[in-house]
Amino acid sequence: MTLRDIINKLLRRQPASASTARERLQLVLAHDRSDLSTELLDQMRREILEVVAKYVEIDMDEGAVSLETEDRMTALVANLPIKRTLNGQIKLIEGSNQLKENSQEAEDKDKGS
Amino acid sequence: MATDTRVILICSGKGGVGKTTLTANLGISLARQGLSTAVLDADFGLRNLDLLLGLENRIVYTAQEVLEEECRLDQALVKHKKESNLSLLPAGNPRMLDWLKPDDMKRIVDMLKEQFDYVLIDCPAGVEDGFKNAMAASQEAIVVTNPEVSAVRDADRVIGLLNTNAIKPVQLVLNRVRPRMMANQEMLSIADVTDILALPLLGLVLEDEQVIVSTNRGEPLTLNSVNSPAAKCYLNIAKRLQGEDIPLINPAEESSGFGAKFRRLMQTKIF
Repeated sequence: MTLRDIINKLLRRQPASASTARERLQLVLAHDRSDLSTELLDQMRREILEVVAKYVEIDMDEGAVSLETEDRMTALVANLPIKRTLNGQIKLIEGSNQLKENSQEAEDKDKGS
Repeated sequence: MATDTRVILICSGKGGVGKTTLTANLGISLARQGLSTAVLDADFGLRNLDLLLGLENRIVYTAQEVLEEECRLDQALVKHKKESNLSLLPAGNPRMLDWLKPDDMKRIVDMLKEQFDYVLIDCPAGVEDGFKNAMAASQEAIVVTNPEVSAVRDADRVIGLLNTNAIKPVQLVLNRVRPRMMANQEMLSIADVTDILALPLLGLVLEDEQVIVSTNRGEPLTLNSVNSPAAKCYLNIAKRLQGEDIPLINPAEESSGFGAKFRRLMQTKIF
């Protein structure tokens, strides 16, 4: 955060447009590079959730599948909080601290195009 | 006869970002360093390189007649009147697009390679056949972009295609940089663009009204107005292509005085 950002916040002005441009570009490029539309990504998200749900109980509303790009490498990142396994022995999720750990396991990285 | 000719594609995806201006000025700058240079207008649909070089009235034959073997290559090449190391191979008729194939472009470039140190290919905008034909004949590429979302997005598409076609090295030229807007964080910064596109920066070109003046006259900036901000940038790019280690211009230092100091203070990272 720069001095300008702070002053803009204090004066409730819009932030400088360069950061908006950067964020919008990163999002649109992640989709361009993978050649996936929002609908296809959403369909994939639902199908991934269905497959994972066959093995572990997950929170269907919390699950997020997104594309993240760094250094021209696009990663498919699935963040799926697990409630418990189907045999009920291990309860994997209680608080938000654990949520982070578990989701790490569910992270699925794939090299994009 | 040149033995290790460098064939460089100058492309951008988006139109109007400065491909042709860069081709013309780079051609002049390399020729001034004593390198025999050919500029090839591969934009058959909307050719303009002849106009920027001031050679539009001296075209007799084009790449089309060369390919159809109606003339020899040296009959079609237009030598620049003020810079004899530079020659233009003009684009043919737009109807060429109906039959032109990647192999045709390779044939033209192979002929040019026999007598030039550098072949610069001015690529058409877009990522369709015109671009693919031009890419087929190229070894390396310079991607030109502006610090604007649409130009950067289109550059990214082009870089993806260059990478899959094993064109390398691919280097970036960031054109039409406005130091003041960058300082105010109202324009994507140099780091923003190079981070997003993940390409080495060959150079940046400052926004300069003289570019329009030079276009009006048909005399590239690097020919006469070597002290204009953009001309210096073009000359630096040509030297870097030749392997010289020329430091990049820091846009923040381009504007000086109290105003610039204040803007620098404003963009200091606090946390």
